[in-house]
Amino acid sequence: MSKKTLLNSKEIHIILHRLACQLIENHNNFENTVLIGIQPRGIYLAERLASILQNDYAISNIKLGHLDITFYRDDFRRREAPLEANKTHIDFIVEDKKVVFIDDVLFSGRSIRAALTAIQSFGRPSNIELLVLIDRRFSRHLPIQPNYLGRQVDVINEEKVTVHWKEKDTKDAVYIINN
Amino acid sequence: MSQLSVQHLLGIKHLNKADIDLIFKTADHFKEVINRSIKKVPSLRDITIANIFFENSTRTKLSFELAEKRLSADVINFSASQSSVKKGETLIDTVNNILSMKVDIIVMRHPNVGACDFLSNHVNAKIINAGDGTHEHPTQALLDSYSIREKLGSVTGKKVLIVGDILHSRVALSNIYALKLQGAEIKVCGPKTLIPKYIESLGVSIEYDIKKALDWCDVANVLRVQNERMEINYFPSTREYSQLFGINKKLLNSLDKKIVIMHPGPINRGVEISSDVADSDQSIILNQVENGVAIRMAVIYLLAQQIKQ
Repeated sequence: MSKKTLLNSKEIHIILHRLACQLIENHNNFENTVLIGIQPRGIYLAERLASILQNDYAISNIKLGHLDITFYRDDFRRREAPLEANKTHIDFIVEDKKVVFIDDVLFSGRSIRAALTAIQSFGRPSNIELLVLIDRRFSRHLPIQPNYLGRQVDVINEEKVTVHWKEKDTKDAVYIINN
Repeated sequence: MSQLSVQHLLGIKHLNKADIDLIFKTADHFKEVINRSIKKVPSLRDITIANIFFENSTRTKLSFELAEKRLSADVINFSASQSSVKKGETLIDTVNNILSMKVDIIVMRHPNVGACDFLSNHVNAKIINAGDGTHEHPTQALLDSYSIREKLGSVTGKKVLIVGDILHSRVALSNIYALKLQGAEIKVCGPKTLIPKYIESLGVSIEYDIKKALDWCDVANVLRVQNERMEINYFPSTREYSQLFGINKKLLNSLDKKIVIMHPGPINRGVEISSDVADSDQSIILNQVENGVAIRMAVIYLLAQQIKQ
């Protein structure tokens, strides 16, 4: 097994601030915008961005939710390991809101497809954008592309891209792992 | 643990503690789903479920049907009273005919003990027991424990009293198994004639005095007297039963604590429980009904997960 560092914590720090600025560019004071972290791994990125927007750019009342897509996936009964659900926490309605989906790695696009269905249970957003830290180019199964992206990588299918967050995994880093 | 240890839900007796924890954890997610404005998820859109009821039911049947629909399964309903069973068809033939229409899961209620168990050995489908005679009613026991857990934080170490017709009650037996697995203390209370002779071998204690029993417990699960299963008189009159074992507000107010009141339904108001108790803030009867849908969604979801594509 080989493990290569794609991004270190300093690079992640710079990227997060850039992504925050890009969000501000499009959403101003976030009055009509909600951020939705996709469970399980997207919530760390979403929370980090929300705190940067609040603390470094003085944007108050950011609305942040967590969306679990387990029950909306298209691979139920088609995988070896059973799916395990996570918590959905959305305490606002998304009707007529601008929704930004936030996830760590965009791979096949199927999670985002599921999230697009899942969010409909909470109303009809005026539009939906996608923000990802890592975009695995050339591996898409569906016509889904990010609006905001941290870093684009070309990796082969056997390689795995994992994002570590200091809140959970002791330090910020992105690795490419080859088994 | 993210998979059940069993292939069918025939009774709580076959489950372990990890199964119950998994069902509750999954039900938590579904409870959140059914409280959304759009209460439906598409997980089971390619699964077909048949509800076959050889005995009357309102709550359980509606609850299963709703759970199945909330999961986007296709549902067919079958009541024995309107079917070829009346023309002499056997259980296996009836079910195999239903299965040849490509059904994946059977939810069955049957007046005979062990009917679901028997079926699971003879047909190729997932079986969920929705009550078999006086034997087990696993989803009811799961939703009862789930409701206790929701109200009191945990089932472990809680003192649960089951009052009434223990002899004919599948709810009582399934509850005893489920509560035992989770480490609760259990006492039963009722007329001597309606307490099974060897009930203590299940690890429960008996109390014939309702006041003493209520003084002891944190939760009282009040059962209905099942007149339809009684071929002889087990007690002199309904009035006497109600005076000796009926739970009323006066009795509850005489306790020095606020206990939780449960009832699996249907309620015979004024017999085992008075209206002011059933409708009081101590009663979680309607919460039980709501939780029933979430629990049944969880059970169906977890069993459906095992059906390979």
